[in-house]
Amino acid sequence: MPRQFFKFNGGVMPADHKAASTSLPIAEFAALASLPGELVIPLQQGNGGSLRALVEAGTQVLKGQRIGVGYDDTGTAVHASTSGLVKAVEMRRMPHPSGLSALCVVIAPDGEERWITRTPFDYRRAGLAATRDYLRDAGVLVGGDFGATGQLATLVINGAESEPRITCDDMLMRERADGVIQGIAILREVLRASEVLIGIEDNQPEAIAAMRAALAKRGAENTQVAAVPACYPTGNARLLIRVLTGIEVPHSRRFADYGVECFDTSTAYAIYQAITLGQPMVSRIVTVAGNVERPRNIEAPLGVPLRALLALCGPQADTNRVIMGGPMMGMTMPGDEVPVVKTTHCVLAGSPALFPPPPPEMPCIRCGDCARACPADLQPFELYSFARARQFGKAQEYHLFDCIECGCCTYVCPSKIPLVDYYRFAKSEILARQRDQEFADAARERYQFRLLRAEREKQEKAARLATKAAAAHAPTAEDAKDAKDTKKALIAAAIARARQQKEQVTPANIDALTPEQRAEIAKIEARREALQSSAKTAPPQDE
Amino acid sequence: MNAILIMALGAALLGVALRYVPVKRKVDEAVLAEQIDALLPQTQCGQCGYPGCKPYATAIAKGEADINQCPPGGTDGIHKLAELLGRKFKPLNTEHGVEKPKAVAFIDEAVCIGCTLCIQACPVDAIVGAAKQMHTIIAPLCTGCELCVPPCPVDCISMLPVAVSVDTWKWQYPVFEIKPAATTATATKQQSA
Ligand code: SF4
Ligand code: SF4
Ligand code: SF4
Repeated sequence: MPRQFFKFNGGVMPADHKAASTSLPIAEFAALASLPGELVIPLQQGNGGSLRALVEAGTQVLKGQRIGVGYDDTGTAVHASTSGLVKAVEMRRMPHPSGLSALCVVIAPDGEERWITRTPFDYRRAGLAATRDYLRDAGVLVGGDFGATGQLATLVINGAESEPRITCDDMLMRERADGVIQGIAILREVLRASEVLIGIEDNQPEAIAAMRAALAKRGAENTQVAAVPACYPTGNARLLIRVLTGIEVPHSRRFADYGVECFDTSTAYAIYQAITLGQPMVSRIVTVAGNVERPRNIEAPLGVPLRALLALCGPQADTNRVIMGGPMMGMTMPGDEVPVVKTTHCVLAGSPALFPPPPPEMPCIRCGDCARACPADLQPFELYSFARARQFGKAQEYHLFDCIECGCCTYVCPSKIPLVDYYRFAKSEILARQRDQEFADAARERYQFRLLRAEREKQEKAARLATKAAAAHAPTAEDAKDAKDTKKALIAAAIARARQQKEQVTPANIDALTPEQRAEIAKIEARREALQSSAKTAPPQDE
Repeated sequence: MNAILIMALGAALLGVALRYVPVKRKVDEAVLAEQIDALLPQTQCGQCGYPGCKPYATAIAKGEADINQCPPGGTDGIHKLAELLGRKFKPLNTEHGVEKPKAVAFIDEAVCIGCTLCIQACPVDAIVGAAKQMHTIIAPLCTGCELCVPPCPVDCISMLPVAVSVDTWKWQYPVFEIKPAATTATATKQQSA
């Protein structure tokens, strides 16, 4: 049944160099070399947000033991990828272009690879929500809104690995098709998808054949392997959905809103491992290629340094940098000691000959090549001029955030402008501004609330005093008729109190005094009286 | 005769219109002040010379204050104000202060005597504590206005610059220095070594 494919505009066809790393089978890291002295597992998620460590220095861990969980229930857990001793929980450099550090769990392997007890998970009995939580705790990145929208029309499995040099999904499907198919079956059942389309590029015939054979053996219904025309960047989830189903999901919406969902083959395989084998995500298949003698795919435990992976493949002498990801979208790493993480699918050794430094940027001649190559139907040269001039509002009007950073525009630009660098710059600026704006809005709200509270407290205090004054002395309540001026009322009350006290106090010991003394007292009293009355009327004198 | 009548009528109409202009203008000013306030950083620090961001916004709307008086807003903030008001950009007036990297307050808890003076100074309720109890700053809420620093009788509040994390890091503006190829290669080698 030949399938009708849909097309997207643009895309490029760079030489794929895939044959280089598919000649050797996937190798287990442990089969090639012993584990390095320490494994570094970041407590940081790819999409931002950090995790809470469950272990501390000195804890003995087993392979597959959970060592970090999210602060809320959206964070995907991380696990010890081997058994050993936790050396430290400390700041280490991240596999991130910034070269910044984040908190990591550092494990010294004991070489015994002792697993936790692995028990399969009965997802049929557990239901959707519990399965999602289980996968989160097993460290499988499935996204927070996994299955949030009920039934799915189409489940797309992304086996279209369109970036040059990367072959990890290809090799996974060739060698472990059965596991992938089982993972897909689980996904299909859990997400209640009526149809499953496995998109694989037609330049990977072995993978297609292996998947078809595994499918025939398992007999999964309504599941098809679709050989899509090879073209970079079909491997982008949004574009693959478009090619297979014709649905264009806008940047701002979730796939599930359109009744589709997309998972990588490696995610399907990780789901199979987690649910059927009871094995959390502790390793992943990484393509090691570029400037190395024996490019191949290695199943690497998470946390091994990139350096150790490269060493297994014989890096050439002129290797001067390490790139995580492919030649189109990959990012140069700050050093080769950064660890393999869950999103590391490819490690490239770079050399000046293989990936020459970009030539100096020339002015944009508005040839429009980039617009023709853009798979997201954008106007890259407009975005570029706005980003360059820091007109971020304009750039957003031209849908900067629809850019998938595929690098097609940079690839075709005759002026060799590093366009994607400008978009990344503009995007991170805009996001930072949005963060600042949200922060300022929250601060304004708290400030206004504070003003409100101060006002309320003042009123409450005034009211309290007024009632107190009124209750203490009924007669003075009349004086305080203009009750708003409570201070006056208060003073009046105090005066009244004082007067009353004075009236009550009768000097007790004047009976025994002589008349002269009494006369003197009377005189003094009179003087005081006069003084007091004059103080009341006369303005106060400056001392 | 007709001409005079027409002129008189016109004058009367304009007079009526003029009567209502100030009212309308007042409303516009309030709206404008809101819009300006939305662009200000809400630190309420008073460096602009007004007792808070809203009063400064109102003063700008009335034309009493210039747009370059807010140091926490900085160059970016002035650009935004200039765009909103259709005015020309001006560099920050250094009389009001200089732009600083964002910092948050930090209380040395061993020294704090629990006088609550800092709580009273903080405009955004970013400090918790009670009389004779240790006080502390809720760092994610602190705007870095420094208003809590002077009231502290034991000088235990300091401002710590906020470090960039992987989540808040920004891509740099692409700059490509033109260097001879050989030095570029060694430079990147050193970097990756
Ligand atoms: S200087 Fe700026 S931030 Fe500070 S109060 Fe004035 S307007 Fe607000
Ligand atoms: S804690 Fe201090 S610096 Fe931070 S917002 Fe409050 S008063 Fe300003
Ligand atoms: S002013 Fe200083 S000592 Fe007093 S409560 Fe604040 S921080 Fe503590």
